[in-house]
Amino acid sequence: MKYKAEIIAGIVILAFAIIFLLTNASIQQNLAEGEEAWGGADGQAAEIIESSGYEPWVSPVWEPPSGEIESLFFSLQAAIGALIIGYFFGYYRSRQAAS
Amino acid sequence: MHIMEGFLPSPWWQIWFIVAIPFLVLGLYQLKKLFAEKRETIPLLAVAGAFVFVLSSLKLPSVNGSCSHPTGTGLSAILFGPFITSILALIVLLYQAIFLAHGGLTTLGANVFSMGISGPIVAYALYVAGKKASLNTFVNVFIAATVADLFTYVVTAGQLALAFPAPAAQGGLLGSFSAFLVIFALTQVPLAIIEGVIIALVFKYIIDVRPDILVKLNVLTQNTVNRIREAAS
Repeated sequence: MKYKAEIIAGIVILAFAIIFLLTNASIQQNLAEGEEAWGGADGQAAEIIESSGYEPWVSPVWEPPSGEIESLFFSLQAAIGALIIGYFFGYYRSRQAAS
Repeated sequence: MHIMEGFLPSPWWQIWFIVAIPFLVLGLYQLKKLFAEKRETIPLLAVAGAFVFVLSSLKLPSVNGSCSHPTGTGLSAILFGPFITSILALIVLLYQAIFLAHGGLTTLGANVFSMGISGPIVAYALYVAGKKASLNTFVNVFIAATVADLFTYVVTAGQLALAFPAPAAQGGLLGSFSAFLVIFALTQVPLAIIEGVIIALVFKYIIDVRPDILVKLNVLTQNTVNRIREAAS
């Protein structure tokens, strides 16, 4: 079948989204006031380490001043990557079509 | 998710730099050779690097209520081997450490080792073994990429456990290893599966447009390419 890989990928991503919605519903219900779910795994690890009394000995040279600016840089990172992938796949495909 | 700035005490951050540097030097050497001898593969190298860029920028929610991101290193490890991949991972980790305060400059050595070296070595070894066992190419790519992603975070957990072993009453080194493993590797399982599926899909498109480069890089044999193209048409 021609689109077997696409169909499998679609099903896996859909299953992932459904599992997320279901777990999110139950997590949100059990959340205490002011608590926030879906934090980063690295933050959780930091909590464990800091609870043992460890203080990071150096802090980042520059930190994004707000969540918005942080998401700007993350989007920029994805955009640069997507641009390169799209450009070269387009280049390859049109070359193939021309030959 | 990488080890954050300042979260590796001396001597661990220096040790991981020392461990990572030989791999990076070998990667630079291989890259130089690739540029000199196989110039037509450079666009594909850019695509593999861009792939690490995109995937490691996507923080996805996992089943246990926390978020992490895939690594995307499996594709480049299969195409170009683990050493060149370590250079690509270094570029991405530098970007994230400088602009995003994600990961860090002092923990760069440890993060390059987990994401750019240990994961890709596993991906490459699994792919080569699967190819020898004539496993279906896409299944093989899926397994290699998924396990590489997962293994990266097993190594991260190990690095943190070595630096922060729990007191003996709480299980010592193994106790803290399993604690970090639950945080990093468990979160990563669904994300690793998604990454494997997507890399297998991209692999299909590469076979579609430039099978000759895959043969040239010794990723696939001409016979396999012919068989896959016949099955697809």
